[in-house]
Amino acid sequence: MTSPAELPITGNGDVVLVRQQVRATAVEVGLSLVDQTKVVTAASELARNALVYAGGGRARIEIVHNGARSGLRLTFSDDGPGIPDIEQALTDGWTTGGGLGLGLSGSRRLVDEFDLRSAPGEGTLVTVTKWAR
Amino acid sequence: MDRVPVLKLGDILIVSIQIDLQDQSVLALQEDLADRVVATGARGVIIDITAVEIVDSFIGRMLATIASISRMLDAETIVVGMRPAVAITLVELGLSLGGVRTALNLEKGVALLDQRDRRGGPRTTAATR
Amino acid sequence: MTVHADAGRRRIEELLRDHEERILKRWLESASGGPADRSDLAGRLRDVYHALRDSLESGDTSDLRGLLADLSRSRAREGHSPTATAVAVFGVKEAVYEIVEADGGAEALRGFIWFTKIVDDLGLFTFETYAAAREKIIIDQAEQLLELSTPVVKLWEGIVAVPLVGTLDSARTQVVMEKLLQTLVDTGSEHAVIDITGVPAVDTQVAQHLLKTVVAARLMGAECVISGIRPQIAHTIVTLGIEFGDIVTKASLADALAHALRRSGVEIDSGRRTRIAVRAEEV
Ligand SMILES: Nc1ncnc2c1ncn2[C@@H]1O[C@H](COP(=O)(O)OP(=O)(O)OP(=O)(O)O)[C@@H](O)[C@H]1O
Ligand SMILES: [Mg+2]
Repeated sequence: MTSPAELPITGNGDVVLVRQQVRATAVEVGLSLVDQTKVVTAASELARNALVYAGGGRARIEIVHNGARSGLRLTFSDDGPGIPDIEQALTDGWTTGGGLGLGLSGSRRLVDEFDLRSAPGEGTLVTVTKWAR
Repeated sequence: MDRVPVLKLGDILIVSIQIDLQDQSVLALQEDLADRVVATGARGVIIDITAVEIVDSFIGRMLATIASISRMLDAETIVVGMRPAVAITLVELGLSLGGVRTALNLEKGVALLDQRDRRGGPRTTAATR
Repeated sequence: MTVHADAGRRRIEELLRDHEERILKRWLESASGGPADRSDLAGRLRDVYHALRDSLESGDTSDLRGLLADLSRSRAREGHSPTATAVAVFGVKEAVYEIVEADGGAEALRGFIWFTKIVDDLGLFTFETYAAAREKIIIDQAEQLLELSTPVVKLWEGIVAVPLVGTLDSARTQVVMEKLLQTLVDTGSEHAVIDITGVPAVDTQVAQHLLKTVVAARLMGAECVISGIRPQIAHTIVTLGIEFGDIVTKASLADALAHALRRSGVEIDSGRRTRIAVRAEEV
């Protein structure tokens, strides 16, 4: 794969494509099976959020290095309504969409690094990284 | 959109999820199953996820919803074949799948339904573990 | 590059060509750890020497670096020290210097300075490869140890156990737990016993991993029993406020096995009956 890859998220099928591309890259980076599963699951949550709450967005998938370690970095961005209260959005069970409210908080637990930037009217940017052990 | 086939084996409905499903297919399956439970009078539903590589909050919620709906329609749902990596991830994600019964594989799932039947299972007592 | 430097460089290339045997002999003497080492090293150094000469002419060092990487990796595996490995490479300088001294010409000396820089770079490269190779060996060994020290055993048809011994860190616990869950699938076992009699203490993370494993096993359709919790560990778990909830715990591995057997419908009839206090099962 050529890294980084940019994928649009404009429909339900794109969420599936993001999952598949993240899986392929996770394998390439050498993540363990459990870690692959964790990062693909996080990607699924974040891609779906972009689709559901912002009407669509983009996923960026790249391989990163830190010394001898390799990792997988995913960036989800959208130009949607943004999140007014980030702390609240990151609370287990908090949802405005009738979901379980586990997408953001759960994804944070599934990865090694998690960064959420958002403001009302300014869209949302989520960056997560998973390092190969 | 892909549709997941629902098979009937005696009075059990068996769904085997073989591909990476998009959300609409998941919702369609949920509706199909409820219809089929009523139409066939099935006493049990087995959802085989042996081939499923990830379960996220959406699919997790679908599994719980199917279990609740079928229970209301007097059928027990059993999810079978969850992979270790998927289970570990679900726990980390925070999804407990409360109310969903599970078994290691299809065979054990069927055995579990039979066992319940012999004991007078969910048909006579509303008790679910 | 100046004309002088170019001339120096050419002179060194000539010397390397004309005195190959002598240089290699001296190099081998300074590089090898002993007579036993010498025969193996001789072939390798000759290959490196040829690659070095080729690279000086063509400017392409990839073959040379490949050979040096092989050399330092195998030296690391054979247990030579990093210094000895780098010295083995630097040894070529001494060997060449003797020739340069004998030549005595100004061009040869100038060329030698240029040659030294190149060898220094190669030495550093060797050192780095050596360090990376060492690190890899250590990681591999740690993983092997982890595998060895975490047996998952079948106690009975449908019942597996992991007897954990020694200090548990987060990484090891995770490996064990993944292995346990996979064994449940592979053997179709619906019961697992995690025995921690041999574990002196646990920290929050390890306790959490144990807990998560039990929950994960349940999601897969299997039940875990934790046995042999020491008083200190029970204390840790309670004071840390970790919810063990409805997880079944037993005093000993034997009690845990009895429990699992009962759950899987096996009748127990043994002399230890009194200890295996059977709670009446709800109908
Ligand atoms: N990209 C986004 N743009 C705007 N709001 C968002 C975005 N992502 C999340 N949110 C807000 O944060 C809340 C929490 O998101 P989270 O993914 O944790 O839960 P959820 O989507 O509601 O449920 P689920 O558990 O099914 O994911 C959402 O309900 C929504 O209000
Ligand atoms: Mg969500």
